[in-house]
Amino acid sequence: MPERIKKDLIIIGGGPAGLAAAVAAKKAGCRDLLLIERDKMLGGILNQCIHDGFGLHRFGEALSGPEYAQRYIDMIHELEIPVALNTIVLSMNDHRRVLVSTMGSLQEIEAGAIILAMGCRERARGALSIPGNRPSGVYTAGAAQNFVNMENIMPGKRVVILGSGDIGLIMARRMTLEGAKVEAVFELLPYSSGLPRNIQQCLVDYEIPLHLSTTIIDIHGMDRLEGVTVAQVDEKRTPIAGTERFVPCDTLLLSVGLIPENELAREAGIELHPVTGGAVVDDSCMTSVRGIFSCGNALHVHDLVDWVSEEAERAGVNAAEFIRAGQDEAARRTVEITPGCGVRYTLPQKAVPGHDTPLAFRVTEPSRNGVVQVLDSSGGVIAEETHARLHPAEMVWMALKGEQLAGLERLEVRVRP
Amino acid sequence: MKNEFLCVVCPNGCLIDAEFTEGKPPKLIAFEGHKCQRGEVWIRQEIENPMRTFSSNVLVENGNCITASVRTTKPVPLARVMDIMDEIRKLYPKAPLHVGDVLLNNPAGTDTSIIVTREVEQTR
Repeated sequence: MPERIKKDLIIIGGGPAGLAAAVAAKKAGCRDLLLIERDKMLGGILNQCIHDGFGLHRFGEALSGPEYAQRYIDMIHELEIPVALNTIVLSMNDHRRVLVSTMGSLQEIEAGAIILAMGCRERARGALSIPGNRPSGVYTAGAAQNFVNMENIMPGKRVVILGSGDIGLIMARRMTLEGAKVEAVFELLPYSSGLPRNIQQCLVDYEIPLHLSTTIIDIHGMDRLEGVTVAQVDEKRTPIAGTERFVPCDTLLLSVGLIPENELAREAGIELHPVTGGAVVDDSCMTSVRGIFSCGNALHVHDLVDWVSEEAERAGVNAAEFIRAGQDEAARRTVEITPGCGVRYTLPQKAVPGHDTPLAFRVTEPSRNGVVQVLDSSGGVIAEETHARLHPAEMVWMALKGEQLAGLERLEVRVRP
Repeated sequence: MKNEFLCVVCPNGCLIDAEFTEGKPPKLIAFEGHKCQRGEVWIRQEIENPMRTFSSNVLVENGNCITASVRTTKPVPLARVMDIMDEIRKLYPKAPLHVGDVLLNNPAGTDTSIIVTREVEQTR
């Protein structure tokens, strides 16, 4: 039988979201909390993101991932927040009970509140259905990043990258600096899904070609990868006959999207969103199960870690408040927020009238001088902003005032057609 | 030659159309699309002598991790990045290492330092 204990708050995941949530909850008065991390150290994926550019909003300087994490790890130590390393949550139910394993010992924890901060994982080859052989040499970009930056292992010498997500772009530069030849980056869509500065500084700087509307249709090699066949695609993303060509390589990196990690949430019956892959939450980051909150990349995939920290702090403060006072009665009546034309998803998906709500969303297509609008259910414009640049790779933020939501049942966020 | 550049100085992200001579280094001839003075300074720099920060890692002796991540403290000319990498590759510092420890000053004659960006403890 596992040992049974009680905690006011447990935070699952010691990456950027979990760290910021724990710090904020402790500062908001929560004393009996535990931060659970399955790795041997805190920091999560930031530990392998050694490139700089983190923290420009938070700290006003361009830090590397490990440095950004260290700022929060120092706060965790200063605030004497208990941390369980090498510890994994095996299961969770909707009564906020979790089963936890640490190096062979089991514990059942009954928590007053739970913050889910498990982050996300990469889409792998299996999700893409690329035909062909299964030789060694095919990795996700994040796995290669771990080998190179943490384990000092080079996955190969002649590299092709599928997908122009930021991790793939960052790895194109990193592999080049370490002496590999990156042949090209192929992107299925007609535009890159990475940040423009990464296109410039990771590809253009090193004369690595980016081929848009192009994908891999075959993988060759028996034991080791020998090359890939690529083809251009039409507007329906179907390969165009006659455009096939063979690209020799010994390594293929996949940078084709991230999926919020929500096995535990699913098990507890938490409502998940079909587009984000994360939980459906209100403006306090609370999920459909009372007392369970979600933040960071487990909630939706963010563009910048600074926004992860900000969102996680909100989850931390609200979890502390939930433990102190229970759920706010007003929170039972919410305004639905739905994506309209040109918007892929919004966060949160509902808000409590009267609460100031930081609204985050992603657009479906790149545009310039686009006007984003928040409409009420009769089509009246409640808020409107013009953006010089809108891009699917970048989250858009709008601050909604509590009084703007008063008396409403539904809101729609859209890009003005 | 003509090309489009996305200014990265501020979140406005002005798209600047620039015309420049071919050659090493290229020379800026004309440009438009920037909204401010900073964009003007940036586009000239970006074309004639682009400056970059970058990161890498070094092997560590006696540490609880086998590598420590490092980065430049100031941007360096893009053309010198590979020379600096050659110097970084020769480093083999001893643990313990702390965030901010300076491993190299003025590598390849550039005005930057290479600092450690990860805490590495000593193993017994």
